Amino acid sequence: MTDLTELGVAAIRDGVAGGAFTAIEVAEAFNANVAAAQDALNAFIVATPEAAIEAARAIDAKRARGEPLGKMGGVPIGMKDLFATIGVQTSAASHILEGFKPQYESTVSQKLWDAGCGMLGKLNLDQFAMGSSNETSYFGNVVSPWRRSDGGAENGKNWAPLAPGGSSGGSSAAVSARLCPAATGTDTGGSIRQPAAFTGITGIKPTYGRCSRWGIIAFASSLDQAGAMARDTRDCAIMLEAMAGFDPKDSTSLDLPVPAWEANLSADMKGKKVGIPREYRVDGLDEDVAGSWDDGIAWLKDAGAEIIDISLPHTRYALPTYYIIAPAEASSNLARYDGVRYGLRDLPEGANLQDMYAATRAAGFGAEVKRRILIGTYVLSAGFYDAYYTQAQKVRTLISLDFRNAFESCDVILAPTTPSAAFALGENVDDPLKMYLNDVFAVPASLAGLPAMSVPAGLNREGLPLGLQIIGRAFDEQGVLNAGLAIEQRAGFAARPAKWW
Amino acid sequence: MSVDTATVARIASLARIKVSEQELEAMVPELNGILAWVEQLGEVDVSGVEPMTAVIPNTLRLRQDVIDADPLTGGGIRDKVLANAPAAEHGFFGVPKVIE
Repeated sequence: MTDLTELGVAAIRDGVAGGAFTAIEVAEAFNANVAAAQDALNAFIVATPEAAIEAARAIDAKRARGEPLGKMGGVPIGMKDLFATIGVQTSAASHILEGFKPQYESTVSQKLWDAGCGMLGKLNLDQFAMGSSNETSYFGNVVSPWRRSDGGAENGKNWAPLAPGGSSGGSSAAVSARLCPAATGTDTGGSIRQPAAFTGITGIKPTYGRCSRWGIIAFASSLDQAGAMARDTRDCAIMLEAMAGFDPKDSTSLDLPVPAWEANLSADMKGKKVGIPREYRVDGLDEDVAGSWDDGIAWLKDAGAEIIDISLPHTRYALPTYYIIAPAEASSNLARYDGVRYGLRDLPEGANLQDMYAATRAAGFGAEVKRRILIGTYVLSAGFYDAYYTQAQKVRTLISLDFRNAFESCDVILAPTTPSAAFALGENVDDPLKMYLNDVFAVPASLAGLPAMSVPAGLNREGLPLGLQIIGRAFDEQGVLNAGLAIEQRAGFAARPAKWW
Repeated sequence: MSVDTATVARIASLARIKVSEQELEAMVPELNGILAWVEQLGEVDVSGVEPMTAVIPNTLRLRQDVIDADPLTGGGIRDKVLANAPAAEHGFFGVPKVIE
């Protein structure tokens, strides 16, 4: 029998439905991969093999009774540990929420269980989703399954462990290493697309409001959006369909029907215009990244699209705008961690309530989280609010208008996902600004709430994956997925990390 | 604008995060680096531009004015609310004494 962990979402769903194999067999195969890779990759914070088996058993029983199995019946998935899951530790990779067991289920995870998925475990991430390398997790770094083909120029033949990207680094590593066929991610400023690009997988963030934020631990509420990470475009379309949908419990949830993204997939780009933003062609752009962008342009042309030059004039201000707005919202959202209602409490001898708050938050938050809370507190403080926060929200309006203007002359935008391939763990940790620059191409679409995805385009000279990013109009996930499919079919990306774990 | 040790100490106090002298010293240049970088936004001409309030236009909904319209966010779940509290006592959240 074929190795079931080689299969993606569609193949598992169809195989279980058709009786080629059982859901239990699938769950057992992935459970084994999860367990075998944990020491080397650290992709999961908590593994839940029993939950995966239990869900699979229910699917097999349904099939025996001839009942419908759901959009993802029999597909076991990884759940980013930012989604609240009943009775299973939900930590946001932080010490302050270590041991927190929600009494409720997030809307997105519930929708996935209702669609027939089972949970393999809770995936590691950057603490409170703040980071681009998964190095801010309280539960240790995730190590990418990928390694440079030459062992790393500066490391001789010693394999430098590489970052899986972040914040959804556990998700990207796990999908890439075949520990799960698909995983949830969340994107605040690139946290689905950048890790997907770093690990040679596909990831999509939908339009802001498509997926309910209810039960997702909040980072920056005006930006946070859940999405799908899987091996290909079709699998992402299937999963996103299962995750999306109106939720009255989220005031920013879009009250729109979920389109049939999978059924309407089409790689035919005839009559479509693809915009190439000239501002993304920055000075000193990595040669391989520029090359893969040119490949993407050629592929979309081949698919029938017309390529046009567009301008997004405020692109260079997106990252500084993000680093005011996201910390500002984070400082407000994270005020809830006070050592009173849930999570860690640090009560020094003789401490009063205020001392307890300060001690708890000092002990419970990591360095990057503290840094962002302080920046956010500062830019929102009296006397600085207008200069920083209001100014940033005005620039955000301009960035959003840039896109609106561009979409008057094109249907989708094509750009690189990241300015470089994966870097080594430790390479950027001492310089927050350098780390932030990783998201320079991803952040603008987040600020504008637009659907955007990353598809694997090829390998760089070091044998590491590069991703291409497609950004679409608000609500046009279909256009994004279709362009992604057109690239995927032409890129023929079949590379995968050699198994060393 | 740049921050000094006293300012960072004040921000940390506003944010209710205890920081040691040593941490303060380390944070000042880091925060100044980030603040100097975000200050480039000041050069953007924003005259006549409204600050963004909603990235995707949406209307604020009101739920039905019904008790327990959604049992999950309704009442009568005291034990669930307290289940993760570090110190739940007699059906309340326990905190250090706040009134002498």
